[in-house]
Amino acid sequence: MEMTGAEMILESLAREGVEAIFGIPGGANLPLYDTLPRYHPKIRHYLVRHEQAAGHAAEGYARVTGKPGVCFATSGPGATNLVTAIADAWMDSVPIVAITGCVIRPLIGRDAFQEADITGITIPITKHNYLVLDVHDIPRVIREAFYIASTGRPGPVLMDIPRDVQQERAEFVWPERVELRGYRPPVYPDPKEVEKAAQLIAEAERPLILAGHGVIISQAYYELRELAEKANVPVITTLLGISGFPPDHPLYLGMPGMHGMHWNNLAISEADLLIGIGMRFDDRVTGRLKDFAPNAKVVHIEVDPAEVGKNVRPAATLLGDARVCLQQLNRAVQYRERPDWFARLEELRREYPSLVYPETEELLPQYVIERIYRLSDGEAYYVTGVGQHQMWAAQYFSGRKANSFVTSGGLGTMGFEVPAAMGVAVAKPGELVWAICGDGGFQMTSQELATVAEYGWPIKFAIINNGHHGMVRQWQSLFYRGNLVASPLRNPDFVKLAEAYGILGLRATRREEVEPTIQRAMEHPGPVLIDFQVKQDENCYPMVPPGASLQETIGLPEEYVRLVKERRTAGVTR
Amino acid sequence: MSEGKNNRRYHTIIALVEDRPGVLNRIASKWRQRGFNIESLAVGHSETPGLSRMTFVVDARTDSEQVVRQLDKLVDVVDIRDVSDEDIVAREMALIKVRCDAGNRSHIIEIVDIFRASIVDVSPDSVIVEVTGDEGKVDAIFELLKDYGVIEMVRTGRVAMLRGSLASHPPVEHESYERYPGQETW
Repeated sequence: MEMTGAEMILESLAREGVEAIFGIPGGANLPLYDTLPRYHPKIRHYLVRHEQAAGHAAEGYARVTGKPGVCFATSGPGATNLVTAIADAWMDSVPIVAITGCVIRPLIGRDAFQEADITGITIPITKHNYLVLDVHDIPRVIREAFYIASTGRPGPVLMDIPRDVQQERAEFVWPERVELRGYRPPVYPDPKEVEKAAQLIAEAERPLILAGHGVIISQAYYELRELAEKANVPVITTLLGISGFPPDHPLYLGMPGMHGMHWNNLAISEADLLIGIGMRFDDRVTGRLKDFAPNAKVVHIEVDPAEVGKNVRPAATLLGDARVCLQQLNRAVQYRERPDWFARLEELRREYPSLVYPETEELLPQYVIERIYRLSDGEAYYVTGVGQHQMWAAQYFSGRKANSFVTSGGLGTMGFEVPAAMGVAVAKPGELVWAICGDGGFQMTSQELATVAEYGWPIKFAIINNGHHGMVRQWQSLFYRGNLVASPLRNPDFVKLAEAYGILGLRATRREEVEPTIQRAMEHPGPVLIDFQVKQDENCYPMVPPGASLQETIGLPEEYVRLVKERRTAGVTR
Repeated sequence: MSEGKNNRRYHTIIALVEDRPGVLNRIASKWRQRGFNIESLAVGHSETPGLSRMTFVVDARTDSEQVVRQLDKLVDVVDIRDVSDEDIVAREMALIKVRCDAGNRSHIIEIVDIFRASIVDVSPDSVIVEVTGDEGKVDAIFELLKDYGVIEMVRTGRVAMLRGSLASHPPVEHESYERYPGQETW
């Protein structure tokens, strides 16, 4: 069938099962927008207010569905505004497909109006990208883009399509299959390595599992749990691995690393075997690399060959899909009692508490976050920004759903939370979505409240408002002599801001207001923003100082630790 | 200047890549990202239409293993391998324009003969010498010709190939990849 380039794009997206697109129109992608109504409501387009939000919303969608998220932008500034979101998806292995309009072919490379070399700009932050100069290529390129984005280690793919290519007519030919001779992600691990790994696990007296995003990406929840239970190995989840393992499971130990559980950082240093699954031994996990896990051998289960041996030399490497690798490994492992190790872990948890805060008159951010989890029964999707609130949200995570914790890990993009929550709301209609926001990061994408109001997504925005770029303030107070430069924020009235967008705005400033406010937000059928005015100078602990090793973790303040010991004698477990 | 296996100065890396616009940029970008300098790079068509073969030479002190793995991930890179420790034939070609006159031309011809090089252009006050060999040989003839006055030199950079009948980049069976859906809950 003959059709225009723009029709080919939408026809191909429909065949790939795309149901949602986030974007903004502009001169170079108008033919595409002109065609959109014909595919409605099969494909719904959501108009955001800044292209960065289109990218993060596509990420939010992709992170909770596993299907590629799609975003549209025009040429030049539209395309460059996507860059942060593309880089974020690149760092966190999130499949997104970005389609940008490009200036017409005769103008390419001539500094035309709104021209930017977006394929050149995004080379280092995409899995692959295309400049489509022939209309006949569109179906093949889109098919390849979705295949590349969603297989192996997922990631972003960008297509730049000139306006005149969108307008040109040609025969639509849908390729039967994808033929990419240079793209062969590994799937099945080497059986010899599986044997070796099983042997190492059998010999290990003090093993730990470090589970990362890969477990969630390949939906290996059951297989991870099976390995942990069958081989009797405790599970630590990295920031992006959170919600890959049930947090109430007796083998669960929480997060490691810079703001991870103190006990985990010490346990890793004592372990004799680390089983890394779908994780990359990031610097925020390892602390100073040369002192990381000095006593441990490593089994690395990883789909990306370039990650193996990058930071840590494994003794056994299972190169392939995490789920497939775990299925094969689980057949080979055996149960082993490790009473000494479990006793030691229990002791570490007792001696180095990491989840406790005092009951103060002033509102503590930890309290607010912990209450949000409790009052929502852990049944929501929890989306966070980046900074102190993110680390507390990670520490106190108690969700009950797999893949329900959505956060920007590798790139650490402040402002991620608002648009990512939009993507989650689109992907999971009828589900409760909590966006836990920082007051600094929130203002980086707060224009999207307009989008939220327009589409009526019932997202609950909790601004953990400490009047600062909180993590910056923490570093300045700990490592820069308390010289608070450019970290204090003169914030707007967030309640009035919400109201200006037509969103219910609430505020809580005292402890007793927290629960009723959260309840009221959840009872309200539409979007709600809550301004939680919390203690301004609360620091996030435990903390591994930058450049330090995990053994040098700074624990909770002493008065907090004392508190937990007093509570324990009173019979309270947490 | 010869390279022993244990004290070599360079990594030699050969790659089979798609012959498409932008491929060189993608590949160069990975080296640039780590701040690694490419000593030489030679590109040309391979035996398969649509595929080019590249030979990179980078300093032996660079941590090239990581970069090679990153390059292997590029969709446009069909295959890549570091052949530094393998038995290879490695050559480069250079053109050297040397100042000369009737008086010393025969001296230059003598040097050219010794190196089994050839003179490919002659003018009243200069000659162009074409030499093929490993870097050491090219360096050596350049040193000798310098005394006569080298006007300019251009080198292709190394091209390399495995000795024997083995292909450097044997074709790989293309196995299709499907995501294995798991269940959505734990």
